[in-house]
Amino acid sequence: MGEPTPSSRSVMGEPTTDGRFGEFGGRFVPETLVAACEELEAAFREAWADPAFVAEFETTLRDYGGRPSPLTECRNLSSQLGLRLLVKREDLNHTGSHKINNVIGQALLAQRMGKTRLVAETGAGQHGVATATAAALLGMECKVYMGAVDVDRQALNVFRMRLLGSEVESVQSGSRTLKDAVNEALRDWVATVENTHYCLGSVMGPHPYPWMVRTFHHILGDEAAAQCKDLTGGDPDVVVACVGGGSNAAGIFSGFADGDARLVGVEPAGGAAVGRGVPGVVHGMTSYLMQDEVGQVMEAESISAGLDYPGVGPEHAYLAAIGRAEYPSVTDDEVVEAFTLMSRAEGIIPALECAHALAWIVRAAPEMQGQTVLMNLSGRGDKDVDQMMDVLGMHGLSE
Amino acid sequence: MSEASPADRAGTLGALETHLRARRDSGAKLLVPYVTGGYQGWQRAVEAAAAAGADAIEIGIPFSDPVIDGPVIQQASTAALAGGATPASVLEEARELDTGIPHAAMTYYNLCHHQGHERFASALLEAGVSAAILPDLPYIEAGPWLEAAASGGIEAILLAAPTTPDHRLAQLCEASRGFVYAIGLLGVTGERKALASTATEIAARCKAVTHRPVLTGVGIGSPQQAVEACEVADGVAVGSAVVRTLMSDGPEAVGELVASYRTALDHG
Repeated sequence: MGEPTPSSRSVMGEPTTDGRFGEFGGRFVPETLVAACEELEAAFREAWADPAFVAEFETTLRDYGGRPSPLTECRNLSSQLGLRLLVKREDLNHTGSHKINNVIGQALLAQRMGKTRLVAETGAGQHGVATATAAALLGMECKVYMGAVDVDRQALNVFRMRLLGSEVESVQSGSRTLKDAVNEALRDWVATVENTHYCLGSVMGPHPYPWMVRTFHHILGDEAAAQCKDLTGGDPDVVVACVGGGSNAAGIFSGFADGDARLVGVEPAGGAAVGRGVPGVVHGMTSYLMQDEVGQVMEAESISAGLDYPGVGPEHAYLAAIGRAEYPSVTDDEVVEAFTLMSRAEGIIPALECAHALAWIVRAAPEMQGQTVLMNLSGRGDKDVDQMMDVLGMHGLSE
Repeated sequence: MSEASPADRAGTLGALETHLRARRDSGAKLLVPYVTGGYQGWQRAVEAAAAAGADAIEIGIPFSDPVIDGPVIQQASTAALAGGATPASVLEEARELDTGIPHAAMTYYNLCHHQGHERFASALLEAGVSAAILPDLPYIEAGPWLEAAASGGIEAILLAAPTTPDHRLAQLCEASRGFVYAIGLLGVTGERKALASTATEIAARCKAVTHRPVLTGVGIGSPQQAVEACEVADGVAVGSAVVRTLMSDGPEAVGELVASYRTALDHG
């Protein structure tokens, strides 16, 4: 274990040299991949210290990705809920979610490292689409692993990835969802590490991924903090984001972690790693993990493919352990109601993932009367309308 | 390198390493088959493999997310788990085995972490298992487990990969107990049409820095490939070929398969 974080440093600062956030994190990968993780860390440190790389990253996100994303004040929901609701519009980014930030960063880094091929896992397909997009932009080969269950419920995103020139492999092993897609992407990387970069989609996996991915998403937290200040004169009272692996939450939390805002990461009831998990080790990291009584990893089950993950990023485990952030969970029914509510009240169809964040805000509104609540709207709901048509019926009516 | 003299170290050798060194020093090439514990007929497969001339056996304890395993061992693990196999049930069944050769458990780190290092080590010991291989626990993260295993009387086998840099390879071979598991290729477990050139390269690199037995595993798909690998390595670990045979033809066929490797290694 490395040194504890000095109090003068940021709550969401750099992990220790052995990749720990408190007791969480690390580099629990097969020996074959240890050197690749070390090489990646060195390359990331070197690139991030190079103003030319940072400028290329920021310029690409601006001119290609559409940054900065706006901050929208939701007047109708605010008056309904008795609070001031601001949403960070990551749904308006190119490819429809926050995922593009991380993917542009990693793809530029992979190219700088001389890698010619990207592999990625995807749940809902948002990270897969973003990776396929970056691969097309930079002329790299790309293969995306997606659980067979998710391939069925996210057919449009599968087609998008193929349209963008990527290969999509339907993963038949295990629970056939996101965790199995991660396993399969790792198996690919073990065999192809010499020319391939694993473009991991969340703040999880072995060091340096949790730190690097959060760093690439820091831009959205910084933007949101500046936008909040312009609009309200200060930080919000509460910052809310959904959490599967936790990348969009890490991005927005990083803009506020050193202030006084309450940080809330909302998990699905069927994938509540912080809420129901115990420390475990899978996918290269020590973190909270849903597992059975002997340590077999449990299958997450949620209405949203993007949050169907039994683990959580190690920095979130750390933020929970030190009490800086809280991680409540919401049920699928609450999510469906929030999905409909936002569509009707604001004319914004949210991704099912971020409908989790709104579902918690609706539930907790009575205790947040008059407060300013910032929610990260991490993705748009276009990908979910087909599935929601089955849930709600043709007329979109919820009973 | 260790502060202990070679003689001191020799005095602390465990059952597996003692046995493998003796066999190697007598001129034999070492053969260590892998069998997925909990899979139907697995105990008979282990006994058949031992009778056919295996020098030690790797017993797989099935895990939900076997990230370094290819399709064959994944399939056997999934079937064993679906059949109700748990670490406790596999170890209970392992305890009933009487093969006359050392047993090593092969599983994933979370099962050890979840139970606690000390309890995991003592559970292995009680089941008559001498050693453990945890392929997703690399040397750089293995410190606490190596300590617990050593004090619990379990030989912690470490894996070396073609991508392991020289400075770490020497440390890793020094820290390993039982043998050094040289991963023969970049990839997951499974049979390949030909032996990868990396298989002999990594074995040679290990042999250059350690006196421990060096066994090549991952990608050994035929007796001929085992012979090729053993031109450099002290022996081979054979997994997918064994498990595929167990699944398709049953435990007795495993004995025949292992015998074919034994014959090739003895006369190849």
